[in-house]
Amino acid sequence: MTLEMDQFHAGFFEEAFESLDAMENALLQLDPGTPNADAINLIFRVAHSIKGGSGMFSFTEVASFTHTLETLLDELRAGRMAVTRPIIDLLLKSTDVLRGMLQATQRKTPVDQQTVADIQFDLEMMLVKRAPAAGPVVAAEVAPAPLHPKEATWTIDFCPNARLLAPGADPSRVFAELAEMGTMALVAHADKLPAFADLDPEVCYLTWTITLTTDLPAEAIQNVLDWAEAECQLRSEESVQRRPEVAPATIVTKDQPTDAAPAAPGAPQPSATPQAPVGEVGGPAAKASSAESNSIRVATEKLDELMNTVGEIVIAQSMLMQLVDGTKPPRVDRIRAGLIQLERNVRELQESVMRVRMLPIRFAFSRFPRLVHDLSARLNKQIELKMTGEQTELDKKVLEKIGDPLVHLVRNSIDHGIELPETRMAAGKAAVGTLFLNAYQRGGSIVIEVGDDGAGLNLERILSKARAKGLVGQNDTLSDEAIANLIFHPGFSTAEVTTELSGRGVGMDVVRRNIEELGGSIELRTETGKGSSVVISLPLTLAIVDGLSVAVGGEVYIVPLVAIIASLQFKRGRARRLAGVGEVFLFRDDYIPIIRLHEAFNVEPRCRDLELGSVMVVECDGRKVGLFVDELLGQQQVVVKSMETNYHRIEGVSGATILGDGSVALILDIPSLVRYAAERVAA
Amino acid sequence: MNLNRPIMATKDSADASHQVLTFCLGSETYAVDILLVQEIRGWTPVTRLPQSPTHMLGMLNLRGSIVPVIDLRVRFGLEQAPFTPVTVIVVLSVQTPSGRREFGLVVDSVSDVVDIDAAELKETPSLGSKPSVELIKGLAAVADRMLILLNVDELIRCDLAQAEVSATTRAA
Repeated sequence: MTLEMDQFHAGFFEEAFESLDAMENALLQLDPGTPNADAINLIFRVAHSIKGGSGMFSFTEVASFTHTLETLLDELRAGRMAVTRPIIDLLLKSTDVLRGMLQATQRKTPVDQQTVADIQFDLEMMLVKRAPAAGPVVAAEVAPAPLHPKEATWTIDFCPNARLLAPGADPSRVFAELAEMGTMALVAHADKLPAFADLDPEVCYLTWTITLTTDLPAEAIQNVLDWAEAECQLRSEESVQRRPEVAPATIVTKDQPTDAAPAAPGAPQPSATPQAPVGEVGGPAAKASSAESNSIRVATEKLDELMNTVGEIVIAQSMLMQLVDGTKPPRVDRIRAGLIQLERNVRELQESVMRVRMLPIRFAFSRFPRLVHDLSARLNKQIELKMTGEQTELDKKVLEKIGDPLVHLVRNSIDHGIELPETRMAAGKAAVGTLFLNAYQRGGSIVIEVGDDGAGLNLERILSKARAKGLVGQNDTLSDEAIANLIFHPGFSTAEVTTELSGRGVGMDVVRRNIEELGGSIELRTETGKGSSVVISLPLTLAIVDGLSVAVGGEVYIVPLVAIIASLQFKRGRARRLAGVGEVFLFRDDYIPIIRLHEAFNVEPRCRDLELGSVMVVECDGRKVGLFVDELLGQQQVVVKSMETNYHRIEGVSGATILGDGSVALILDIPSLVRYAAERVAA
Repeated sequence: MNLNRPIMATKDSADASHQVLTFCLGSETYAVDILLVQEIRGWTPVTRLPQSPTHMLGMLNLRGSIVPVIDLRVRFGLEQAPFTPVTVIVVLSVQTPSGRREFGLVVDSVSDVVDIDAAELKETPSLGSKPSVELIKGLAAVADRMLILLNVDELIRCDLAQAEVSATTRAA
């Protein structure tokens, strides 16, 4: 396949996945009682454009599936079928199938034929059954009385605006569509037709009288006529044989051609109708989609390049600054002033480039309405999802990695946090549980809260389990918070504990590790009977790390600030030797092991006496380790560079950076160093 | 050039003649395809890497990218020599299945650029199973010198393979 074709494909897939997300969102907003015509139209358009695109690229399977989907949607759109819960569920499943097919096509792997066939069959069945619309899309608002599918004859005076033909509209299309709805008689009036010499081929001189006998409601006809609304003067009136019991749904038309009113004029827009149970999803998502049209698509590599270049400028700038600091002629002050100005500008540049990489957390949150919808239906729970701060931005890389831990937490809340409606009522709470997802910025970090107003954690059980497992001494008393945080302990994620703890222990240590790998922290708050929440704090970006530079021998290492609890200067005799473990020391009531960085990294140190160097207490996974180095040099922000670009991962090192003097410094990977210490103890 | 001579070269060096950069390691003269050479720079200290083979000297800042530097003497089992003002780092840039990779080779000194005819490449005589033989693409006689043409792809592959092995054994 040619390169260009691949590019077109990439564009198609990217667009298709995005519009599928939009479709899913619209489906979730769709309420069986009061279907939103705009939402249905949007869903239809997505299916239609994917069908078109896949047809063009000969992705026949996708095209065939979307064709069936489109047929069903067309029925819904035209109001010939009612929007019911089963249909919405089926449509949601269809988006999954479509996504799967597109992914398979993109990766050039075989499509899961069985699932596709199943859903396609369901769609077709739905079409065959085609329960007569209990309340067609638009009719639902106009005619509250159920419309009986009784035949009625309508007379429509179709007097198109003289300029109808100019934009390329063709009245015969309206006739063709009306003809499909029932029996139609058409009379053309040519009385306004001028002499041939005066005839302007772009002006429509004809008018028509249409007599239509159909069992479809007035609104269905109106929908067809609406198409020509902006360009035509339509006048239609109900005529003969109208059954008296049918609600008097007259077709309201506008006498004057208006500036293209997009909405059906006869129907009040259902914007005032209550929103779907997923609540606040609709608003922000809709707002966001309009904001997105104001953006451009840029390849991540280009941003990375930009980011690198800016990082270089920062380094070059600080290099100059160091040079100037060393010299003292009179003009140096002016140079320094210029450099300070430059520094400010460069920092600003760096920040704006970094902001380019930031995406709103909405991208991670967007999957939750669906997840909540599906899971709550399966568990017979009533859950309202409240999301705030979806516009909070964070680095794309962080965003990609935060998805799975969040899903885990949300699942836990739905599964085990929020109780069944009956239980909630019995406890004096509203039957509908609330699950909230909040995101906001606090200082240099992003805080994400996942919580519920469910039962909370069973602290007693956790404590007794922890005692049984020897994680907590029999007579130790712990604060509630400390007990709750025990579930992050790796020892808790065993199957046995899981069932006892109603699943809250599943992989919470994994969630915690993921968060810590991102340089973040996690804590849990719970109140029995009132619910629990998990608070995640993440760095704004992975591209820059706040670190402490330390020296060991001739080498400089960067220790991420987030991992450091304390730095200590030892007095003689503080460290003890412990057989099998090595050196330990007492820190806040705990004995913690000491890692000599020069030993771990095999570097010749300047000093081997613990009293002469410094010991940093670092923490990961709740385990603390004392890290012995020669000297602490100072705190600084560093630009993180990957080692894997030209080499490979090295144990104990998470990346590298370039210091002000142009030399390379390694950034320590505290989790792997802590593991190293643990392994050494185990060995 | 003698056009009647049958081409006995391997597929990848079939293009009749190419330029190579020659450099010295002790008394031996090595060569790499000039097209792979990105730059030649004087020796500057590099940042040491923990848990790495001895020939992996460390990381160098090459205009913002972090580039590993290999001591070719150690790699070929030669005696390590002190770094002098003429010690240079030859930076190569090679396309690999996992993307473009840059790395530096520390050599005693660079000599010159010569044309070699692919057809003139001679096979390396096999002397036992010394692993470094695999890193040699072939030998070429130019004037009175013997050029040892480096197999750069193999050099990278070996280093990566080694890294993977050590990474998995450590993980196990």
